[in-house]
Amino acid sequence: MRWFWIDRFTEFVRDTRATTIKNVSFGEEPIDDYLPGHPHYPHSLIIEGMAQTGGLLVSESGGFRTKTVLAKVTRATFHRLVVPGDQIQLKAVVQNKQPLGAIIEGIVTVGEIVQAELELSFAFLDNSFGEKALFEPEDLLRTLRILKLFDVAVDQNGNRIYPPEHMLEAERQAAQGYRLKRAL
Amino acid sequence: MQVSEEVFSKVQSALVDALGVDDNEVTPEATMVGDLGAESIDFLDIVFKLEKSFGIKIATEDLFPKDILTESSYVQDGKVTAPGIAELKKRMPWADLSKFEKNPRVQDFGDLLTVSDLCRYVVSKIA
Repeated sequence: MRWFWIDRFTEFVRDTRATTIKNVSFGEEPIDDYLPGHPHYPHSLIIEGMAQTGGLLVSESGGFRTKTVLAKVTRATFHRLVVPGDQIQLKAVVQNKQPLGAIIEGIVTVGEIVQAELELSFAFLDNSFGEKALFEPEDLLRTLRILKLFDVAVDQNGNRIYPPEHMLEAERQAAQGYRLKRAL
Repeated sequence: MQVSEEVFSKVQSALVDALGVDDNEVTPEATMVGDLGAESIDFLDIVFKLEKSFGIKIATEDLFPKDILTESSYVQDGKVTAPGIAELKKRMPWADLSKFEKNPRVQDFGDLLTVSDLCRYVVSKIA
């Protein structure tokens, strides 16, 4: 299964804040397994969803080239359970961003109700961890399009953000490779 | 360099929040890495909390001068040379390097920083 715990970006301001939504469905695998007789959406996946939201937020201004990983969950307080039919909003706000890493504060809401409060730290791994990116750029670009990131993303002056050229080029190369393979 | 009760209390609070240790573990002589279990990612969190608490700007290179510790004229056979120690003292006047000087292995440098050193560093930035 795909390890995506956010469905769509509804807000994105470069290096400032981002909000995503995730629809929790009765038919989802985690709901099936957790917990028998009292199905609800695991808190660990809420943390992961916020990490995905925040991680993309702090990586965007570097053209998604940095190897960004969740390094520390400083604080995670959950006020209520999330159950099938809920739509959770995950809002990540950048608190600090440095060359080595970044810290975000996250608020998770269901409607008007605050469901969770999180503080997450990310590390930007250098090339001692390998030069290869964590995700192939064309795969990441496809994911960002599905998440509708570029439909809402703006910089701090309100100007629209477009996909980085190196990712578009990777996408073109991948398409070319696919066409060649099919032609054989 | 005098460290006021107020500065110590704020630094203590930041370390308790960032490292999940108890108040009574954060003593002036406690080392950040050895005694309090700080790891590299924790320093980002600590720096952020101190910046917010004191309204100062901190560069992590101030606390860990990588350029000195990797410069060939300052390091030989994994140990910091006398000119290297002098450069460290100049760059970090707030740190107590006397223990490190006795056996100045580069790999041990990260372990030397104490809570007192951090407090004195903060005082030097406020001034």
